[in-house]
Amino acid sequence: MQTCQYQISQGRNGDITLYLQGNMDATNAASLIQELGREVKGKKPSSLTVDLKEVHYLDDFGALVLVELKRLVGGEDRFVLKNESDRIKEILFILNFSKLGERVTFVKKQAPGSLVRLGEATLRHAADLKYAISFMGSVLLALIHVCLHPRTLRKDDTLLYMQRTGVDALPIVGLISFLLGLIMAFMSSVQLEQFGANIYVASLVSLAMARELGPIMTAIIVAGRSGSAFAAEIATMKISEEVDALFTMGFDPTRFLVVPKMIASVVMVPLLTLFSDVFAIAGGLVVGISMLDLTASAYMAQTIKTLTLFDVFLGLFKSAVFALLISWIGCLRGFQVRGGAASVGQATTSAVVSSIFLIILSDSVFSVIIRYWG
Amino acid sequence: MNKHNAMETQGIIRVRDLIGGYGDSVIINRVSFDVYEGEIFVILGGSGCGKSTLLKHLIGLIPPMSGKVLIDGDDISNCDEALFQEVLHKIGVLYQSAALFGSMTLAENIALPIQDYTDLPREAVDTLVKMKLNLVDLEGYENHLPSEISGGMKKRAGLARAMALNPKILFFDEPSAGLDPVTSAGLDNLIIHLNRSLGTTMVIVTHELESIFAVAHRVIMLDKKTKGIIAEGDPRYLRDHSQNAFVRQFFNREGDNHLTVSGKDRA
Repeated sequence: MQTCQYQISQGRNGDITLYLQGNMDATNAASLIQELGREVKGKKPSSLTVDLKEVHYLDDFGALVLVELKRLVGGEDRFVLKNESDRIKEILFILNFSKLGERVTFVKKQAPGSLVRLGEATLRHAADLKYAISFMGSVLLALIHVCLHPRTLRKDDTLLYMQRTGVDALPIVGLISFLLGLIMAFMSSVQLEQFGANIYVASLVSLAMARELGPIMTAIIVAGRSGSAFAAEIATMKISEEVDALFTMGFDPTRFLVVPKMIASVVMVPLLTLFSDVFAIAGGLVVGISMLDLTASAYMAQTIKTLTLFDVFLGLFKSAVFALLISWIGCLRGFQVRGGAASVGQATTSAVVSSIFLIILSDSVFSVIIRYWG
Repeated sequence: MNKHNAMETQGIIRVRDLIGGYGDSVIINRVSFDVYEGEIFVILGGSGCGKSTLLKHLIGLIPPMSGKVLIDGDDISNCDEALFQEVLHKIGVLYQSAALFGSMTLAENIALPIQDYTDLPREAVDTLVKMKLNLVDLEGYENHLPSEISGGMKKRAGLARAMALNPKILFFDEPSAGLDPVTSAGLDNLIIHLNRSLGTTMVIVTHELESIFAVAHRVIMLDKKTKGIIAEGDPRYLRDHSQNAFVRQFFNREGDNHLTVSGKDRA
C-alpha cells in the first residue's frame, strides 16, 4: 500500500502551498483529512494552493480530502489546484468538484405539524375502513359465487390450507389445551378442596373449556400460526405483482386467494376446538386422579352431567365465527400492503393483533347476547 | 493474444478447476480462467448455462463443490471468516434488482458501508455520498426512497452503493436487464468511464450483445451441455472467427432454425 506524504511551504502574503505525493484513496483519506486539517487550520492561510504533481492516483476519497481542504480555507476563491494530471482532472470533472465545497447536509423531509398529521391519520383510517368494507363485500360475493358454482372452488388449495391450518396445528393446540386443563384443575382444586367439593373440578374444567377457553385459545393459536401466514403470503404476492398477474389473467384475486383460506379455516378451527376441549378435559382428569382422589369414571360422569350439547355447539359456533374473522383480517392486511419488505412485516403483525382483538370483541358480544336470551 | 497476458502472469481473480452448482446438481464443471486487473470481463452464455451460478461462486455466496477461487491472491473457497471479510471489502456487487434497502433513502443506502468501515467524520461522509451520486448522475436524489425512482435510476444508485468503498473489483449481474436501450447504453458508458478513470476491474454477467460489444475487453462463454467454457477472448474476434458454430451463432444473433438451414446449404 502506498501512502501519501505532504510538504507545506508558506508564502509571504499568508498563502501556503501544499505539495502532495503518493496515492490518495480510501485507505488514507480519513487520516489525511485529520492531519492536513490540523496543519492548515493552525496556519490560518489567506489562500491555499495544492500541488498534485506527484500524486499518481486519486479517487473520490482523495477528492474528498481536497473538498474538505477547500471548505476549510473558505471556498472556491481561496483554493487553487496545480499540476493535476489529465486523469485526475477527469475524475474531478465527473465528481463535479468545482461545485462541491459548501457544507452538505441532507435535510430529511420535515415532519408536518400535529394538526396535519391528525388529519392525515383520519383520512387514512377512513380510507382503510372503506377498503375493509369493500373487501368484506367482495369476499361475500366470492363466497356466494363459490356456493352457486362449487366447481370454481380451488379444491387442492383448500385441502392444502386445511392441512396447514388444522392438521399441522393439532399437536400445539393439543399440548397447550392439555396444560391449560391441568392448570385450571390444579388452581380450582386448591379452593374447592376446602369445601370437599373436589368433584366440581370436573364441571369447572369442562364447562369453562367448552364455552369459552377452548374456542378462544384455539382461535389465538390459529391467528398466530395461520392468520399471520395468510397476511404474509398475500402481502408478498402483492408487492411482487403476482396479485396483479392473477387479475390480468382473468382470475378474481379474492376468489382465488381468500375463499380457499376462509373455507379451510371455518371447517378446521371448530374441529381443532373440539380436540382442544377433549385434551383439556384429559388434563383435568390427570389432576383429578393423581391429586384429588377421584376415580376416572366419577370424573367423566360429572363431566358428562355438566356439559350440555348446547354448551359444546355454542363453543364450536363461536370458533367458526372466530375462524371467519381470522382469515378475513389476515387476507385484508395482506391486500392492504404497500411498499417493500418492511410493510410485509407490518401487515403480519397487524393481522395477528387485529385478529386477537376481534376474537375477544366478538366473544364479549356473544356473552351479552347469550346473557340476554338466557 | 491479450495485452494483459504479457503484462501480468497472474490475474486479480483466478479460478481453478471450479466445480459448482446447488446441492447435488453440478452446473459448472471444471472451469478455469483468469480475470486481469483493470479489465472489463464479461461472462456470457445462453439461458441456464450457469452464468449467475458462476457469479455466486466468485463472490462467495455459495461455496464451490471443489476447486479454487482466488480473489487478489486470497482463496475464498477455503479461508477463515476474518480473511473472507477482508476480501469482501475488495469487491462490490450490483445485483440484478439493485437490492437497495427499501426503508432507507438513497443517501442512507450509500452512507451505510462508508459510515461503518471508514473513520471519516460525519460531514465528510455526506460530501462523499454526494460525490458518489454525482458519479452516477443522480444529483438531487439524496432523499428519495428506492420506491420513488425508476428502474434505471435504481441500477445507478445500486452501482453507487457497490462502489461506496471503491472496491478493486465490481461485479454486475445482468446490468441491462429490464432497462430501455437508451438507459442501458447510458449504464454501459458509465461502466466504461468508471473503468477508465478509477481503474476498477469489472466482471459482468450478461447476454445483451450490444452491451457486450460496447464494453467487453474479454469474454468467456459458458455452455449448458458441456458445463464449461466453450470460447474465450475478444468478442469481435469470436463473432467472426470462432471455430465453434454455436459461438458464431450466438454473437451474430441467429436463431436455431437458421443454423440448420445454413448448415444444410453448406453441406
